[in-house]
Amino acid sequence: MLIKKKIKNKIRVLVAKPGLDGHDRGAKVIARALRDAGFEVIYTGLHQTPDMIVNTAIQEDVNVVAVSILSGAHNALVPMISEGLKKAGLQDAILLVGGIIPEEDIKFLKDNGVNEVFTPGTSLSSIVNYIHTILAD
Amino acid sequence: MFNEELSAIRKAKTEWETRLKKSEDQNSIRPGSFTTWSDMSIPLLNSPDDLADMHFNYLRDLGFPGEFPYTRGVYYNMYRGRLWTMRQFAGFATAEKTNERFKLLLQHGQTGLSVAFDMPTLMGYDADSPLGKGEVGKCGVSVSSLEDMERLFDGIPLGEVTTSMTINGPAIVILAMYLAVAEKKGVPREKVRGTLQNDILKEYIAQKEWLFPITPAVRLVVDTIENATKYYPNWNTISISGYHIREAGATAIQELAFTIANGLAYVDACIERGLSIDEFAPRLSFFFDVHNDFFEEIAKFRAARRLWARLIRDKYDPKDPKSCMLRTHAQTAGVSLTAQQPHNNIVRVAIQGLAAVLGGTNSLHTNSMDETLALPTDESVMIALRTQQILAEESGVANVVDPFGGSYFMESLTTKMEQEAEKYLNKIAKMGGMVAAIEAGFPQIEISNSAYHFQRLLEENKKIMVGMNKYKTTKNSQQINTLYIDKSIEHQQVSRLAALKNRRSNTDVLLSLTGIAKAASSGDNLVEPIISAVKKYATLQEICDVLRKVFGQYKEQRTF
Repeated sequence: MLIKKKIKNKIRVLVAKPGLDGHDRGAKVIARALRDAGFEVIYTGLHQTPDMIVNTAIQEDVNVVAVSILSGAHNALVPMISEGLKKAGLQDAILLVGGIIPEEDIKFLKDNGVNEVFTPGTSLSSIVNYIHTILAD
Repeated sequence: MFNEELSAIRKAKTEWETRLKKSEDQNSIRPGSFTTWSDMSIPLLNSPDDLADMHFNYLRDLGFPGEFPYTRGVYYNMYRGRLWTMRQFAGFATAEKTNERFKLLLQHGQTGLSVAFDMPTLMGYDADSPLGKGEVGKCGVSVSSLEDMERLFDGIPLGEVTTSMTINGPAIVILAMYLAVAEKKGVPREKVRGTLQNDILKEYIAQKEWLFPITPAVRLVVDTIENATKYYPNWNTISISGYHIREAGATAIQELAFTIANGLAYVDACIERGLSIDEFAPRLSFFFDVHNDFFEEIAKFRAARRLWARLIRDKYDPKDPKSCMLRTHAQTAGVSLTAQQPHNNIVRVAIQGLAAVLGGTNSLHTNSMDETLALPTDESVMIALRTQQILAEESGVANVVDPFGGSYFMESLTTKMEQEAEKYLNKIAKMGGMVAAIEAGFPQIEISNSAYHFQRLLEENKKIMVGMNKYKTTKNSQQINTLYIDKSIEHQQVSRLAALKNRRSNTDVLLSLTGIAKAASSGDNLVEPIISAVKKYATLQEICDVLRKVFGQYKEQRTF
């Protein structure tokens, strides 16, 4: 399988900022922590539409798409990303969401293709460990 | 201080230090380092000799409140004259919903309004733009046209309240709408009072809500300053903001330095336009974060006032003393709030609010405990406002001016912060000023390094956030009710906009947009052409699209 083969190499992670929200402190800190943890990290930059994120994920052939969103638009934008990944044949890519996500929306996101949601206060090491564990399975 | 007394103090201190080293106390120091929240090391104590070593001079470095260098405050009697303005930032969903929140806050003793706009509005897009899908009304109120602005201020006397608008990128358009609403209510332009958060430079370095490349964006800022200076001189033309710089991860010193550097860049741009320092400098205002470290924050406010006053005096030689005054708004630190055990945030906010007041802020927003989870509910906003009222009317802190003035520790810290900020300012000046420094990515990289460094300190438990990395409860978070923005808001805004576009005269709109394009290309001041267009109900995006066509759009460097 494509993913399994890739993982013998470096794990490739796309850190993405969808929508118009410019608050990129979290995205940048995560990108740096994942790079320091040995992953290959690609950062989309700001103001990305779901389509732009999916296209970058395809081009960069990533194992993980980590979406940072603090604007409250997650229920609208994240399902568009997960649909797009599926359509592009990247259904095996791990989709992670981080940001200000109310409890009641976490289930909705998980029902819509998201593997895990990380809310404020999550430690960097727990995110790194999560990626290692899920890709090792 | 007399030299004899000073040498006696030095001698006594040396002896005391010897006793300290021998004492049992020395062997029982808590583990960890003693540093500020910005990781600056702090001495065990300060004494008069430390101030002497810094060449501290009371009259030169502090003076008296209301007078140069304003370290002790910008007004003679500070809060005895007038309490700080209690200004809670609010905005969500539709203009009607936000209007209700405004009226609630005014009823309960708030003294100024502060508008939060949603993400599409901040980026110059209308509610029907595909780029803003899912974001309409989420982080603030959606304003696409003058019609929304009329609803937002319905029943609010604009000649009496002061309004702060956090809008940045499209500030010139929203200002035009505000002036048009005031005119419709019969309020003369010179009576309009408030503040425009018109600081675009901090967007490129921190909050990242930009529209145009830096040079035309700064020109728009100067257009608004020039127009206000002529026609509504009580308006605070800009709120030069450290808040977002700090929230993006800067240290207190970086916040101080980059904010002052941005301020100087605007001053230079206004002078280049042909304005004289005393025409516009008295109406420049500032906005700082007030974070966890109590003393560091108080020192920051004091250092900011002194540094700004000295720089303006030395560089621009103003005649009006007001030109040197740094008047500031403060907001408690959003990033300090924890999602875990959110009720603890009430306590954090109270301590931060106290620091802002002891630092001599002129206006304050206290965060609500639930703002790390969602936009605040009516109940939590009320607790935040009550926190300020308790500070103002129960605690006694508003009775006296600058109570920390003369504290050996506070004065050393204030001086240290000023000196460290000056080092940054010199570096930025060598780079060719703040615009050049931003283009080189300098402040952006400094901030992201600090953000990462701080996160590592948290991971290693070297900095403690109670409930988050220490004293955790087994349950993930205390359940509190949060505000939920309905999806239907977006549909409602989109259909209203469609109806407006059918109703208005599209010929008039096109004509006014052509006027904007012409002024944008020729370099004429854009405020009046934009006022004409908003009165014809040209939308925010239609106007911004014209400007985007003339100016182009900003492209960021994707570094992390």
